[in-house]
Amino acid sequence: MSLCLQARQLACERDDRWLFQGLDLDIRSGEIVRIEGPNGSGKTSLLKILSGQLSDYQGELFWNGAAMNEAREHFLANLLYLGHAPGIKSGLSPLENLAWYQALSGESGNEERRLDALEQVGLAGFEDVPAGQLSAGQQRRVALARLTLTPRALWVLDEPFTAIDRHGVADLERQLVAHAQAGGCVLVTTHHELTASPLLRRISLG
Amino acid sequence: MIAVKATLVRDLTLLLRRRGEVLNPLVFFALVITLFPIAISPDPELLAVIAPGLLWVAALLAALLSLDSLFRSDYDDGSLEQLLLAPQPLAALSLAKVAVHWLLTGLPLALMAPILGIMLALPAGSYAVLALSLALGTASLSLIGAIGAALTVGLARGGVLLSLLVLPLYIPVLIFGAGAVQAAIFGDGVAAHLAILGALLAASLMLAPWAIAASLRISING
Repeated sequence: MSLCLQARQLACERDDRWLFQGLDLDIRSGEIVRIEGPNGSGKTSLLKILSGQLSDYQGELFWNGAAMNEAREHFLANLLYLGHAPGIKSGLSPLENLAWYQALSGESGNEERRLDALEQVGLAGFEDVPAGQLSAGQQRRVALARLTLTPRALWVLDEPFTAIDRHGVADLERQLVAHAQAGGCVLVTTHHELTASPLLRRISLG
Repeated sequence: MIAVKATLVRDLTLLLRRRGEVLNPLVFFALVITLFPIAISPDPELLAVIAPGLLWVAALLAALLSLDSLFRSDYDDGSLEQLLLAPQPLAALSLAKVAVHWLLTGLPLALMAPILGIMLALPAGSYAVLALSLALGTASLSLIGAIGAALTVGLARGGVLLSLLVLPLYIPVLIFGAGAVQAAIFGDGVAAHLAILGALLAASLMLAPWAIAASLRISING
């Protein structure tokens, strides 16, 4: 399936300061797009605008050629967004957290797939521990398990490598490349240096 | 539908694991009602006159106290933005959250009120009406209050603003709720009062979910 997220003349202002202006973007299947820039250069704002969470911007967004307003439902059904906050409830176990996300994506729960997804992110044995008792890196891994659990074409990841150990970083990088190779599309901000790959494209802000 | 059910189960599990938060409004309700006979007078005749109003005001404030936490923890840990990005009708999902809030706040308050009514020498025969009017009324309070909670969830100290926003909207529910109990005490018909409470609930059920969804979008999307 080919998909395409386009932005035309995107501009965003915060506190009388332009974070970016006149930004044209074309993000297509099979790409990993890394957004770079120093702290405060508007990486998170750009990701939020591109994932349809911020409406305070100028310019236009298109999803598969249609204006974002009209294509929003189709867009959301293809989007997986992981923000700064992992979105994991500390009072629930990793399994319960994933069960909610699975249902939220419209699928009826399947415990086996949830267990598989947790095993893939290296959390086998922690399925029933309350997430609040897990380390920050492990909580991040629970959130990352959603990448395997709910298959979506477009991944928008805001600093996904935060608190992840070196081994996990390599695994996640491989997963991003595999996703792009399979026709998916990854939009990522990170301060971690990604291994060069023909699929990788950089966009610099600030 | 799957998502709505999962949200119900998730919120119920979460709240039942944090019992303190569920007990807080109930303890507040009990404490306030216990203090009144001590502070005013233990005279049953006087208490019986003011009991309906006292019970209703205390229950309303207890429900108001618990509102701020409705979306707060979801906002803090990032699940709220995930809720907004889900390809599901946001109004239905927020209705599920409000339903859990009522089940664990409004309903227990309604069930507890008759016991506290004994303490205020509430005349016999009005206990069932008290519980019923509170059960109906607190459902409207939860729905209306959730709009305010959704609007203020992005603010660090939204508590006071939240009270100011929703208290005026609570007044009709308070008038007819307390009125129903008073009517039961005086032996008048309670049906009219309860019918209006039901109508208020029906109207809030119809309109509030959309307003909550729109408010959440405003709070998160800026």
